Amino acid sequence: MAERCAVIGVGQTHHKSKRDDVSIAGLVREAAKMALADADLTWTDIDAVVIGKAPDMFEGNMMPELYLAPALGAVGKPMFRVHTAGSVGGSTALVAAHLISSGIHKRVLTVAYEKQSDSDAMWALSVPQPFAAPLLAGAGGYFAPHIRAYMRRSGAPEYIGRMVAVKDRQNAMRNPYAHLHIADIDMKMVEESMMLWDPLRYLEACPSSDGAAAMVLSSEDALSGQYPPAWIHGMAMRSEPTMFAGRDQVNPRAGRDCSADVYAQAGITDPRRQIDVAEVYVPFSWYEPMWLENLGFCDLGDGWKLTESGATAFDGDIPWNTSGGVLSSNPIGASGMLRFLEVAMQVRGQAGEHQIDGARVALGQAYGGGSQFFAMWVVGGDKP
Amino acid sequence: MSAAAARRTPRPVSIASFAQAHNVRRDDEHNEVEMLMPVVAGVFGNIGITKDDIDFICSGSTDYLIGGPFSFVTALDAVGVWPPKSESHVEMDGAWALYEAWVLLQEGEIDAALVYSFGRSSPGNLNEILALQLDPYYVAPLWPDPVSLAALQARALIDAGKATEADFAAIASRSRRDALDNPKAQVANDIPAEKLLEDEYVVSPLRRHALPPITDGVAAIVLAAGDKARQWSEKPVWITGFDHRIETHALGARDLTSSPSTVRAAEGAGVSDGPIDVAEIHAPFAHQEIILKEALGLDDTVVVNPSGGPLAANPIMSAGLIRIGEAATRISSGRAHRAVAHATSGPCLQQNLVCVLEGE
Repeated sequence: MAERCAVIGVGQTHHKSKRDDVSIAGLVREAAKMALADADLTWTDIDAVVIGKAPDMFEGNMMPELYLAPALGAVGKPMFRVHTAGSVGGSTALVAAHLISSGIHKRVLTVAYEKQSDSDAMWALSVPQPFAAPLLAGAGGYFAPHIRAYMRRSGAPEYIGRMVAVKDRQNAMRNPYAHLHIADIDMKMVEESMMLWDPLRYLEACPSSDGAAAMVLSSEDALSGQYPPAWIHGMAMRSEPTMFAGRDQVNPRAGRDCSADVYAQAGITDPRRQIDVAEVYVPFSWYEPMWLENLGFCDLGDGWKLTESGATAFDGDIPWNTSGGVLSSNPIGASGMLRFLEVAMQVRGQAGEHQIDGARVALGQAYGGGSQFFAMWVVGGDKP
Repeated sequence: MSAAAARRTPRPVSIASFAQAHNVRRDDEHNEVEMLMPVVAGVFGNIGITKDDIDFICSGSTDYLIGGPFSFVTALDAVGVWPPKSESHVEMDGAWALYEAWVLLQEGEIDAALVYSFGRSSPGNLNEILALQLDPYYVAPLWPDPVSLAALQARALIDAGKATEADFAAIASRSRRDALDNPKAQVANDIPAEKLLEDEYVVSPLRRHALPPITDGVAAIVLAAGDKARQWSEKPVWITGFDHRIETHALGARDLTSSPSTVRAAEGAGVSDGPIDVAEIHAPFAHQEIILKEALGLDDTVVVNPSGGPLAANPIMSAGLIRIGEAATRISSGRAHRAVAHATSGPCLQQNLVCVLEGE
């Protein structure tokens, strides 16, 4: 039987377009040191380091864990590198958590990052491959047709995407680490922003950020830290093939199966009622209503109605992306871990201005690739 | 507390099946996925199972060989994950993918995992590509190639009085002679060491024979625990110890003639808990076998790299996983009882993994 595992320390950088003030090593170290301080630990207390990031070509540094080993205090220890596309920040946290729940280690440091300003992710995503359809316009161009398909299926009105864009940027005003702080954001500003990939406008898309996230995970007999632990109640990964005739790209089965697995572990039968707060990977505005349905917060076709009703707003009954989400900070490799980290902060009561009062059970979700890779966890303030 | 004292007894996990491609210098006729699929079919076919018998998949590969992002995605699509499966990927040698799968199996909730890795070195220039593994600010801009870095290490070994060029030639000669019995080997021949010493230097003190071949290759392993381990093998080969460690990246701060990370991993994996019959060591350069043999605490009674080792075939991303497969095969065929397999990553053996395997 698996051992209990908890988050006992979190850290993140100030996310920005360009972190010219630090190297890649400096960036990951900034987040890691903050997580160690939060856990009341030092480098020597850590048994193993698990690092994740999106494709190496984003910075032009092959297998950067080799170069980063000394910066993360990993010398003499096991160091592990995860890469599962956009879900990688979440997957990395899960690989680290399994090192605890399997009983192999007591305390594991997990880190994820991207320094997008060191290279050009759009270029790296667009390298032509033999016999493969080119993405050319990056991720937004890939997802826009799926969003159109969702709008057609559900009958959702055009303004729903703009509502999400405004809500998440307003939430980001509460989060000092968020990349985008757009004080006067409103529906009109989003509507007047440039059309990028119909129906997605500029302000309905995530930014490109430099940033890192870090967590210290602990076994039950090695707890420490400034705040109570965030216990992992359930965790899972699921993948499905990128393309085949039977695949529903709007509502992928891998996402549904992954959440079903995590909910079963966490004893959740009614996500909307039982989950207090959720951080869900929404890099393009419309993915909020799409994931509301995929994650079982409502019936099929009703996701946009929940968004429209304000249920997912900061003062709604199921606040989503209180940190500002991926729409407000997107250091790609770290974006998934930031979701997992934010929900840990919520149940530990350390989220400051974006704290949801009394948050006890929270869902973190990350997805990647062409929405065929999923990683999720549910954390809680109570020991499972 | 020492690593050995802290060691827990792991849940028994067996190497249920192993398969690899014919290792070749250049496979122009197949892409990565086309090379991989027959090997995955083989690793299932060996024990009569399908992907539906598998609970978890983990793979190892690097985007820098193919020259595009997400090289693991098309491979996974072809392996087939429908209905959706629990799956993960490491940008590391497949030996580390095997480690991740082994960790998951430790929890006792799943019993079978597929691990695979692939890499075609032929489309690019490996010397240039591997230079991009180095510190991107201070070292990579100088483009030091892996052969030159390995030559620095070999020179340090000679200067320390720990080895001679004749020792390198003897290791290369033995490895490629042993490879004559390995139908998957890329370089197999019977050339005496004295003859090899007549080679020109590539980078002094390394002559051509002391370098690994450049290889296109693929490998896969099925791990099994619980009832499936016995169902799928009459005499299971068990993983009884598993650990990996890393050293600093700064070459100038390391003693290149030793491998402290291998020493620690060997301690964590319990190599010295019993006699070792055979060792499959991922020493891409001949001189590295001397360093690793010492770090693993192996004496001259141990048979080293009977498959020919990485000097006979060195497919990037798979060569470590193949060591584990070859060591397991040695046990399952009754030629050994207890074996150690090793994998490495990074310049001059920066990161090392040690896996102890035992028969019944």
